[in-house]
Amino acid sequence: MVRLNLLLLLILLVCALSVVASNHRARKVFSELETGQKRMRDLDVEWGQLQLEQSTLAAHVRVAAIARDKLGMKPPAPGQIISVDAPPGK
Amino acid sequence: MKSVKFSKSPLLSERLPQWRQRLVLVALLGAFLVLIGRSLYLQAFNNEFLGDKGRARFERVIDISATRGRITDRNGAVLAISTPVRSIWAVPEDVELAPAQARSLASLLELDVREINRKLATERDFVYVKRQLPPDVADRVSALKLPGIHQKNEYRRYYPSGEVMAHMVGFTGVEDSGQEGIELAFDGQLAGKPGSRRVIKDRRGNVVEDVESIRPPQEGREIVLAIDSKLQYLAYSHLKQALAEHRAKAGGVVVLDARSGEVLALANLPTYNPNNRSKLVGAQLRNRALTDSFEPGSTLKPFTAALALDAGKVRFDTPIQTAPGKMTIGSATISDAHAHGVLTVAQVIQKSSNIGSAKLALSLKPEEMWAMFDSLGFGAPLKLGFPGEVGGRLRPAKSWRPIEQATMAYGHGISVTLIQLARAYQVFARDGDLVPLSLARLDAPPLAGKRIFSAQTAREVRSMLEMAVQPGGTAPKAQIPGYRVAGKTGTAHKLEGGAYANKYVSSFVGFAPVSEPRLIIAVMVDEPSNGKYYGGDVAAPVFAQVMAGSLRALGVAPDAPLKPLILTSAEPVREEM
Repeated sequence: MVRLNLLLLLILLVCALSVVASNHRARKVFSELETGQKRMRDLDVEWGQLQLEQSTLAAHVRVAAIARDKLGMKPPAPGQIISVDAPPGK
Repeated sequence: MKSVKFSKSPLLSERLPQWRQRLVLVALLGAFLVLIGRSLYLQAFNNEFLGDKGRARFERVIDISATRGRITDRNGAVLAISTPVRSIWAVPEDVELAPAQARSLASLLELDVREINRKLATERDFVYVKRQLPPDVADRVSALKLPGIHQKNEYRRYYPSGEVMAHMVGFTGVEDSGQEGIELAFDGQLAGKPGSRRVIKDRRGNVVEDVESIRPPQEGREIVLAIDSKLQYLAYSHLKQALAEHRAKAGGVVVLDARSGEVLALANLPTYNPNNRSKLVGAQLRNRALTDSFEPGSTLKPFTAALALDAGKVRFDTPIQTAPGKMTIGSATISDAHAHGVLTVAQVIQKSSNIGSAKLALSLKPEEMWAMFDSLGFGAPLKLGFPGEVGGRLRPAKSWRPIEQATMAYGHGISVTLIQLARAYQVFARDGDLVPLSLARLDAPPLAGKRIFSAQTAREVRSMLEMAVQPGGTAPKAQIPGYRVAGKTGTAHKLEGGAYANKYVSSFVGFAPVSEPRLIIAVMVDEPSNGKYYGGDVAAPVFAQVMAGSLRALGVAPDAPLKPLILTSAEPVREEM
């Protein structure tokens, strides 16, 4: 009887300690998840800002002005355009 | 004093009365019962309340914000995007700023120290010190650790294409809800729904455990428009040039894909910058192409001619007598400013004769004409979902007098919006049928649309419209090197207070390439006041510039031999008004 009780006590102790350990692990993993999600949000924000920057830099108004004023480009005259027919099937 | 041992105390030998013992026992038992009752009450009956109280000490509900969806053009270029910003707010009572602190705060916020002090000198519990700061600046503010100064996360909407796309995209208000344009029309899809979740926080405020998700956040959907930024920029910049050149009050350009009905560009002037709306006035906000109707003038002539052709009343070469340039219907007289003599139906369109169009109209029943205008979409809004869209005016056929039927043939007594006009020209660009317009990009072009005219009629009118832009027509300036172009000018007096004023609306609607129409472009210029006001001089060049640039941008193969344009040395044929 006493031996059975001792055995049960031992099992109880092991269970209790493992509950504590797994709870601790769950919290640690959870905080890792939090960090990961925060990083995801931050990257998302950064992506949005980069997209914004890209579309500001690539705005047609700006590209046209640079092409015209800085690079001295102009639309080709009608006679300067040679059109090539794509081979059939393409 | 004589000492006595406790056990030998004489008091112990005294027998106590039985009731005293019982009394103590009952009192103790009673106390136990009260304790048991109390614990039973707390554990079993009042459990929920206490549980809530306990949870309230470590659980927190936190909101998860959802971002508003982006708006992009058909090629994925961003037209509207939300990025997080932070607002700095303060509880004035709690704020105690040392002069040095106030100075550093002021320099970070780019405000005056006095302005900050003025804002904080209020009786209210809550004031915004500065709204919508970039996150990196906000981080430096929070690094100052000022008491009573707090931050709030918000989103700000940016419009990289600015005024070029303003009317199409619209904008949102401070509360991030759509106010104009696509932002309003598609608000339900763009707006995200914020969610919330329950978590357990530790003493330092870190989240240690996720209890449950109460409501998952729903991110706003991304809207892909049919707009092509390149075409939009072309339309906007050429319209702007033309408005400056002709000192016009306003203008609009609509570019449609003839095959799919997608709206590829929609530009209006005057416009505004959606990123900075501090000096906004009503006139800038109007999306004229959709919300302002005007009497279109001669651009309606091809429809009457097509109806007469379709009904078999005339052929394209049927002669019509337009001399002597005047015609009396009832008590009113209509006229051509230049008498033309006998014209074929094709020449009536090419030279834009009012008398010829009126005669064609009078050969038709009012009901037939009304039914055609109605099925072309005039008189009722197109229901694109845009705010403030109007349908123009088309009176019921029963109330038409003959003179009205005649003038309607050349676009007076009826009013339309620019986008309705562009859409109606689909019938000529598309072999006689109409497809619905789409603001969003379509993955597959719609199948056959609603048939209005026979394909044969549509092709005949198409070649008449091609004649109109050639030498001998009203709009040689609409020609483009390398492509066959077709179109029709319109010049109308403006109605002011019920009478025609000496102000004009010049318009041009056309499509190219004629061999396989790809784009339909409608141009409207309101009150050109620099001497020229004919559609062929004011609107047609804008059409040609936008069309030439767009066809090149889309890589449409030229369908005409390259040769120098023949612009008539003399003045082009003047259309009639």
